[in-house]
Amino acid sequence: MADDGREESLGTDDDSDQTGADGSLNNTMVEEGSTLMRRMEICVAEAEKRSGKNAVSMQETYTVYLIETRPMDAVAEGRNPAPDCLWRRYSEFELLRNYLIVTYPYIVVPPLPEKRAEFVWHKLSADNMDPDFVERRRVGLENFLLRVASHPVLSNDKILYYFLTEEHGWKEAVYETGFQAKADSRLRALSATFRVRNPDKCFMEMKHYSDELQSHTSQLLRTRARVADRLYGVYKVHGNYGRVFSEWSAIEKEMGDGLQSAGHHMDAYAASIDDILEEEEHYADQLKEYLFYAEALRAVCRKHELTQFELEMASQDLISKKQQREELATGIVRTFSLKGMTNKLFGQEAPEQREARLKLLEDLIAEGEETVKEKTIERAEHVEKAWVDIQRFKEQKDKDLREALINYAVMQISMCKKGIQVWSNAKECFLKM
Amino acid sequence: MSISAPRGLASSGQKPITEILHPLSAAEEPLSPGPDVTVSGGRDKEVGLTNGTPVETPSPASASVLFNKLHLDDDLDPDTRDPYADTETHDLFVTVDDPKKHVSTMETYITYRVSTKTTRIEFDLPEYSVRRRYQDFDWLRTKLEDSQPTHLIPPLPEKFVMKGVVDRFSEEFVETRMKALDKFLKRVADHPVLSFNPHLNAFLSAKDLNKRQGLALLTKVGESVKSVAGGYKLRVRPPEFCALGEYLDTFNQKLGTIDRIAQRILKEQSEYLTELREYGTVYASWAGSEEELQRPLEGVAGCVTTCCGALEDMSENMSQDFLPVLREYILYIESMKNVLRKRDQSQAEYEGRLEAAVLRKQEDRTPIPAEVEKCQDKMECFNADLKADWERWQSNKRQDFKQLLTGMADKNVTYYEKCQAAWESLITVLQDKQTEDKTSETN
Repeated sequence: MADDGREESLGTDDDSDQTGADGSLNNTMVEEGSTLMRRMEICVAEAEKRSGKNAVSMQETYTVYLIETRPMDAVAEGRNPAPDCLWRRYSEFELLRNYLIVTYPYIVVPPLPEKRAEFVWHKLSADNMDPDFVERRRVGLENFLLRVASHPVLSNDKILYYFLTEEHGWKEAVYETGFQAKADSRLRALSATFRVRNPDKCFMEMKHYSDELQSHTSQLLRTRARVADRLYGVYKVHGNYGRVFSEWSAIEKEMGDGLQSAGHHMDAYAASIDDILEEEEHYADQLKEYLFYAEALRAVCRKHELTQFELEMASQDLISKKQQREELATGIVRTFSLKGMTNKLFGQEAPEQREARLKLLEDLIAEGEETVKEKTIERAEHVEKAWVDIQRFKEQKDKDLREALINYAVMQISMCKKGIQVWSNAKECFLKM
Repeated sequence: MSISAPRGLASSGQKPITEILHPLSAAEEPLSPGPDVTVSGGRDKEVGLTNGTPVETPSPASASVLFNKLHLDDDLDPDTRDPYADTETHDLFVTVDDPKKHVSTMETYITYRVSTKTTRIEFDLPEYSVRRRYQDFDWLRTKLEDSQPTHLIPPLPEKFVMKGVVDRFSEEFVETRMKALDKFLKRVADHPVLSFNPHLNAFLSAKDLNKRQGLALLTKVGESVKSVAGGYKLRVRPPEFCALGEYLDTFNQKLGTIDRIAQRILKEQSEYLTELREYGTVYASWAGSEEELQRPLEGVAGCVTTCCGALEDMSENMSQDFLPVLREYILYIESMKNVLRKRDQSQAEYEGRLEAAVLRKQEDRTPIPAEVEKCQDKMECFNADLKADWERWQSNKRQDFKQLLTGMADKNVTYYEKCQAAWESLITVLQDKQTEDKTSETN
């Protein structure tokens, strides 16, 4: 990620991007560690419904999102060029993310908003086509892009850049990276988790923490949805007061006016819950982001387990090969082997065969040592880079969640103020009865 | 000193008694024909409607009572429109409190202390304190109903309690019942006619009510038989009483609806409370696995718990104060309807007898018997009493519901205020920490 002093203008057809060896764009800003964010203004502006044939030639309806980008320097200078834009659907975002996860296994990759509406309370629609859901998803997708574009490592990725700028041809580019082949098989990953012997303690603690984070956030989301449901009920029942006060006021003389107006306030009270709960959904979305982040964190820890496991396997393999060589060289059998048994039973083999086998073993051992070196480096690099990103993630998480809690408290205060307002108004009416 | 019990009240329909006119009573124009009623000394029960026994001879107004009246006339509330307003002397104060459990071999029951403070001369002492149980209140109400059938007697809380469903001795139940009994007694004591009933006097002052009760039971049967006898059918109810009846029906319905709504709200609130409690614990348990976020999360858990407490308080208040008053008014409406029916009966009886007498007169010129006139008296008495009580009732109802509903609004405001305070204090803590962190970062 070398920096040189030249300014690069973006949003033009100028193909002057320079690619580094690992596929990441060279940063051209003077500042070190600056990200795509500083060079480009990104937003997911709209959502639209489209219809088309899918992979199995069936008609389907789906939503596409408009991504707008603008070079930051243009904005800073006060020029207001029209933004470049392209349309992407959710599955393309998923593809991008999968690519990032495989390509950067030491990074806690920001999550996407949920694919299907979950943790819904009864009034909220679980329909993916519901406009409120689509809107929240649009915000979530924008958030994803902003997080990725402001990440010190991810933001330099070429594929990310193409995602934002090349509507067609992007998919081909992604597949061309061959990332799918690099993906660790689930079986391998799982096996590593069970069989690894000496994973780094810090990573294991982190993995445990990610489990806790996931469990707590999902529990919180579930109970919050139930609370919302009940609160909705309480508010709505008060609407009945509105009706009955109105009916009652019809048979009263002096009390009539006061009752009637109070009834209107009761109606207002009952109606107010809709907005209150809609706003709370934003809080739920913030929690959901970290629910999914927990998974990303765990993925990094598991990658560590995998690299550690592969190192252990390679080391083990090397040791056993060296042992075999020793046995072959000295003739002393220390460990049980079929060869040893057959030797005992049928007599030893000819010296030429032994030579051949020794030579083979030496080659294998040389290979093995290379492998162990590689695996050691791989593991060490992963540990080093991952730990940096985990620290970054931790700070981000603490900051974000604290802000989320503050916002939640602000929402609660606003709800209380509204309640006080309505009931004070009602009281005024009652006093006039 | 006048001896014969003057038909002091506006009920008789006869010429107003002018001998004992109070010098200050000119102001109010009573709704029903009748005199400006004099001070307590002049009051009496309707003769002819009770069992006929003349009451204690009234003595002239005592100085203190006159003095009280002077003050009251000065600060008359023009809003009340109470025909008896200028006659209310507020010289009888009663309170029901201090419930105690009594355990005997035969039964267990609760008694309440009934305290009386009064300057009325019908009472021997200025202060009384006796203990009464629900049975005694029931006895009093029955006596009042029987002896003042043209008046609206306030209702008592429900007599029978399903065992097993409600604990008769639970603090809540006793408290609610006691408040209702207190209200009942206060309403009776405030009533210009009922408050002078000798049974009330006995109830408030007698050390031992039991003997009286025994006697009362014997006579009760006779009286109820009297009221049933008649069997005349009413043809047409006068329009003002029709309106009254319709109002009562509609009002009854609305109250029933309000009761159902209030109960439903309590139920929803209770379920909300259950979920909210769990919600708080989830924050607390999450705090356990965090470092930096531990304090904020615990803070949120604490706020949620505070809100739970506030909600609990409000719900408790509503079920103890709001619902019983609603129920009481529903009972009150039943009472009122009963009185209305009895009024209808007395009108029916009069019209029936009149018709019969007129027919006989036409046949053989028998003059209209005195009984018919008595019936007319009775009916007109009834009508006037009812109208007067109706106005009173309306005015009280307005006050009561104003109080009830503003109370409900107040409780809700208090609940939200408590919650708001909790969340606001949390924000200051969280934001302080934030600025603290920021400054330590930049340093």
